[in-house]
Amino acid sequence: MTFSRNEGETENLSVLGREMSARASKKNAYSQEFLEKIFRTAFKIRTFETEGIKLYRQGLIRGYFHPYLGQEGIATGVCAALKEGDYIASTHRGHGHCIAWGADVNKMVAELLQKDTGYCRGYGGSMHIADISVGNLGANGIVGAGTPLGVGAALAAQVRGSDAVTVTFTTDGASNNGTFLESLNLAAIWNLNFILVIENNQYAVSTRIEESTRETDLYKRGTAIGVESHQVDGNDPLAVYEMTLKAAETCRAGKGPVLIEAKTFRHMGHHVNDPGKYMPEDKLAYYMARDPVDRARASLREMADVDDATIAAIEAEIAEEFEKAVEFSKQSGEVTAEEFRAFAATY
Amino acid sequence: MAEREIMYRDALREALDEEMAANQEVFIIGEGIAERGGSYKVTEGLLAKYGPGRVRDTPIAEAGMIGVGVGAAIAGARPVVEILYVDFAMLGMDMIVNQAAKFRLMTGGDGRVPFVMRTQGGTGGGVAAQHSQSLEALFYHIPGLRVVMPSTPADAKGLLKYALRQQDPVMFLEHKHLYMTKGPVPDGEHVIEFGVGDIKRAGTDVTVIAWSNMLPRTLKAAEELEAQGISVEVIDPRTLVPLDREMILKSVLKTRRVVIVQEANRRGGVASDIASIIQEEAFYDLDAPVEIVAGLDIPVPFNLALEAASVPQQEDVVAAVRRSLHLNAISKAAE
Repeated sequence: MTFSRNEGETENLSVLGREMSARASKKNAYSQEFLEKIFRTAFKIRTFETEGIKLYRQGLIRGYFHPYLGQEGIATGVCAALKEGDYIASTHRGHGHCIAWGADVNKMVAELLQKDTGYCRGYGGSMHIADISVGNLGANGIVGAGTPLGVGAALAAQVRGSDAVTVTFTTDGASNNGTFLESLNLAAIWNLNFILVIENNQYAVSTRIEESTRETDLYKRGTAIGVESHQVDGNDPLAVYEMTLKAAETCRAGKGPVLIEAKTFRHMGHHVNDPGKYMPEDKLAYYMARDPVDRARASLREMADVDDATIAAIEAEIAEEFEKAVEFSKQSGEVTAEEFRAFAATY
Repeated sequence: MAEREIMYRDALREALDEEMAANQEVFIIGEGIAERGGSYKVTEGLLAKYGPGRVRDTPIAEAGMIGVGVGAAIAGARPVVEILYVDFAMLGMDMIVNQAAKFRLMTGGDGRVPFVMRTQGGTGGGVAAQHSQSLEALFYHIPGLRVVMPSTPADAKGLLKYALRQQDPVMFLEHKHLYMTKGPVPDGEHVIEFGVGDIKRAGTDVTVIAWSNMLPRTLKAAEELEAQGISVEVIDPRTLVPLDREMILKSVLKTRRVVIVQEANRRGGVASDIASIIQEEAFYDLDAPVEIVAGLDIPVPFNLALEAASVPQQEDVVAAVRRSLHLNAISKAAE
């Protein structure tokens, strides 16, 4: 299969998407503090995934592990634009959303290592990390399920009279699921503060988007049912941030929901054990050249004039945080069968 | 305590009304439930009282609306999603089974889903195969769900009020034949905890366990049997999950004979599971095999006579009770 659309793929966006890309590249538009926060988030996700894969290869992490490598710009940009009290709902590829939402890496690693100190005490695992106390409705093992759940949180907020915004991260693969239309339509008729972010990484496991739909510009599906819909370069964290900020403003002004299609590409296969041989090399190279973590680093360096030594120190700090999380997890215990049986008795 | 005779549907409305007044987090979504007041008039008047924010009509999108209800519950609200027919809930099974039921475990016990799905099932007046099912066994099978099947107005009210105060996803299964039935409902606050059955008729010879619309039918059978000198104890578990095993076993130890009546078809049904619990716990105390009276293992037909033939009738309950007392065999031998 040849790849014919790579030239300009992330530049040939909807009008507002191009505008956001332009805005995100303006020098002096952001404070150093903000750019550092963006880079830290993106790099933390990158570290979590690359180091996590090593733990998986060592047999310390079992089950499924769907890396977010290559898509870090989306979670990073979106979450930076939200506020305390807002909600997010995630996907099976959910580590990045958790981290960008400010999750405790100790508890995340402990969960992946099946420990009692993990977010779900080892009952959930990679695909089910949630923390409702901070508005994280959770990752989800059922592709597409986060959309109705997110609309539900947005509905709860509206019933309460709160201006909280809910973002559901979903995928191109999920956009052909029935609940995609059903729940986005409910959000639309009720003007909910809901933002649906389609992470269009162009593959549903191994099936190319061109094989799944005739119209590969997925944002157009929102337009069809009266939802304000845009496309953004998902590999540009700042453009994603700008787009989400605008979408959140639209929602809080009572004009939600908003759909954002973020174009991106995975760096590898669907999960750790999928080499992704079906992914065309030229296309992968195109996206690798637009790596979101590199772009976040470059923004910090070029827009805020931060030197390489400072950046290296930030990276070392994040790497150390992960190592400590692994230590913490290794020293943690597991839920005992006795405790588990006591829990089962409450069902 | 003083009480009034009201209809099942009015009792349900009272429960919703009282809980909505008491808790701003309670809201209702469903098809035709706002201005129209619902197909069975359960939500009549609630739109005028609580406004369009808390009483909302939805498009015909069961998977979406059930999922939205589950999401709202995860976010701490108390949504009631009304699904016109339990048959239609099949469109939302992922949200019920994979999301609502599993969230608590998947979050290590912290995440709760106080979601209430109100719907109705059962046969009634030739509404045919896709509007007549009794599907409680599907929900009963899934760990994490509460399954509630009230048979009287008082139970309907008390259980719905409790459903709106507890923390787990509830499949609140009403019966289309019961909405217009009347019964006494206590004045004032009336809440019934889950897992507490009710002895609807005390007796000594045979225990009959029945729920939902099989309950009135069973009570009529009990009257008929009384005329034959047979004393039947009728137990309504009211909630199938959690199940009041203690009440059932206590009654079985007293009568030593059990008949379980369900409208749902026999295969893989709740009655079979209750029978297995009884044989496991009380096998040596039984004087007869546990009898199950259930629907036929076939979709419900449209033709009214065949529809009646597809689910247990009063005479089927009477025959099963007599079988458990060996009376059928004796009378046959006497012929």
